Amino acid sequence: MYTQSFSVPDNAGQKNVAAVPSTENPELMAAFDARIDADGRIEPQDWMPDAYRKTLVRQISQHAHSEIVGMLPEGNWISRAPSLKRKAILIAKVQDEGGHGLYLYSAAETLGTSRDQMLEGLHSGKAKYSSIFNYPTLNWADVGVIGWLVDGAAIMNQIPLCRCSYGPYSRAMVRVCKEESFHQRQGYEALLVMMQGTEAQRAMVQDAVNRLWWKCLAMFGPPDADSPNSAQGMRWGIKRISNDELRQKFVDATVPQAKVLGVTLPDPDLKWNEARQHYDYGQIDWQEFWNTVEGNGPCNKERLATRVKAHNDGQWVRDAALAYTRKQQQRAQKEAA
Amino acid sequence: MSAIQPSVAQDRSKQASAPVGGSAPNAVGSVGAPIEYILHLADNAVVLGQRNAEWCGHGPILEEDIAMGNVSLDYIGQARLLYQLAATRMGGDATEDKLAYFRDETQFRNYTLLELPHNGPLVGYAVSDRDYATTVVRNFLYGALMVLVWDALEKSPDADLAAIAAKSLKEARYHLHHAADWLVRFGDGTDESHQRAQAAVDHLFPYTEEFWTPSVAEDAAVAAGAGVDVCSLRAAWDAIVNETLSEATLVRPQVRGYVPEGKHGRHSEHLGYLLGEMQGLARAHPGATW
Ligand SMILES: [Fe+2]
Ligand SMILES: [Fe+2]
Repeated sequence: MYTQSFSVPDNAGQKNVAAVPSTENPELMAAFDARIDADGRIEPQDWMPDAYRKTLVRQISQHAHSEIVGMLPEGNWISRAPSLKRKAILIAKVQDEGGHGLYLYSAAETLGTSRDQMLEGLHSGKAKYSSIFNYPTLNWADVGVIGWLVDGAAIMNQIPLCRCSYGPYSRAMVRVCKEESFHQRQGYEALLVMMQGTEAQRAMVQDAVNRLWWKCLAMFGPPDADSPNSAQGMRWGIKRISNDELRQKFVDATVPQAKVLGVTLPDPDLKWNEARQHYDYGQIDWQEFWNTVEGNGPCNKERLATRVKAHNDGQWVRDAALAYTRKQQQRAQKEAA
Repeated sequence: MSAIQPSVAQDRSKQASAPVGGSAPNAVGSVGAPIEYILHLADNAVVLGQRNAEWCGHGPILEEDIAMGNVSLDYIGQARLLYQLAATRMGGDATEDKLAYFRDETQFRNYTLLELPHNGPLVGYAVSDRDYATTVVRNFLYGALMVLVWDALEKSPDADLAAIAAKSLKEARYHLHHAADWLVRFGDGTDESHQRAQAAVDHLFPYTEEFWTPSVAEDAAVAAGAGVDVCSLRAAWDAIVNETLSEATLVRPQVRGYVPEGKHGRHSEHLGYLLGEMQGLARAHPGATW
């Protein structure tokens, strides 16, 4: 699953960086621009402007961090899954998200940044990840709703990235999107079964939707008017469709699904606009969104501290693997000598 | 897999939550393993699957987080097939989830080894950081047993059980390989990893004594011609274990004294917590479909 974060700078909150000064070699820059304009792919060995590289590393690593942190809210329900089938599905899903993190770290490494450097960014709190994962998963239906809405929003965000200008990222996205679609269908199916079940099960689904709906809308990032990073991203073919357009597509696709499911989306302003041929929706609470992005949401500290603890607790395991490999190499050298 | 005929255990359907032994033929002229024996295999798988899944999102390195998720997924998958087989043979309203979620601690027939938390010896309500060496050593000791058990059961005349064994054998080989690889790295890695691995071996080895004391269900399975004489596997298990421990520069401890009895339904203090967590939601909504 994914992240609002294309347009969220790592360090600052709402304050965005100024446009990139062009100090690059003009000939190389012209060739790069021409390739972008022709909708061609940039590959790791190709020349690219520094700002493009930096933006990509930031975006891909935020995306990777989101996959890894995103394992935690759903992992919270593995031990309590109410049937063995759902337990197996959930383990497989959380594992897939770990796999997405892996491809994405690898894609970012092709830009010359190591996984350790990226993890250091996450663990020190410098790098962002999708804010959707800073909310608690409070009942079993959260698992289904995350699949349906969060993976669903991720797909909306990521389908355009399958055509992103950076080759390794676009290829990773093709594979990730296939799996996210599968997650979305599984999540929706689990909710359908619950909605056909007992009163208590239906109440769980509605409660989860009530808590997560607005957070999912915010996943697409700030309104276009407040997203200067988006303009640069569009220019570079890193971002293809604006935040507001994606958000609208998501709302339009989700309303009929909610009807079939029999849940109410918690927005009194949500209604079909015949003139626009889209659903209108209410005001997103951006103050709350930025609070959470800046680290002051309900679960930011728990999520981050848990990642840091896993990493620190695993240090001796990684050290052992490294020490053993070195010993093996030394033994091989001795034998060869 | 051969068709399963209506179970002879129909009259016990009301006792789905308290299965007793008994066998049901799965095809004319073939031999059925006792239900209690199938449940022993299923409980082993679900309990260790549940334990290993606790690492999801907390693994020492991302690749290993994913690998341990795989191991866990295999165990849950094995448990499902085995519970389904048991439920079919029990008939009535028995289902895989009733067997996994609505049986109590004393009805679980898993080895005590598999229910222990991922840390050294501590009482049931103690809290500790998880220790990957404990996880790896347990997966190794149990994996070494299960490659032998599934290999034998693959040839069982109980065709349904044999089919599950064939699938599980492939998985068990991977589990053993994975655990042995890490055990050697730990034993022959750093001072800290060596010390942790040896401590885990010392802690867990005594629990393996339970492997070699056949239960009534295991004896019944052998008598029915559908099981495996566990004691006959001991030499092969010793060979696997001794070879890997030696490569890992670890010492096999002397074991004497108490022999755990989980497979008889007499467990450690830890299983109650594990089942409480695993079964709580399902039991809060009896009759619900998920
Ligand atoms: Fe996903
Ligand atoms: Fe994902």
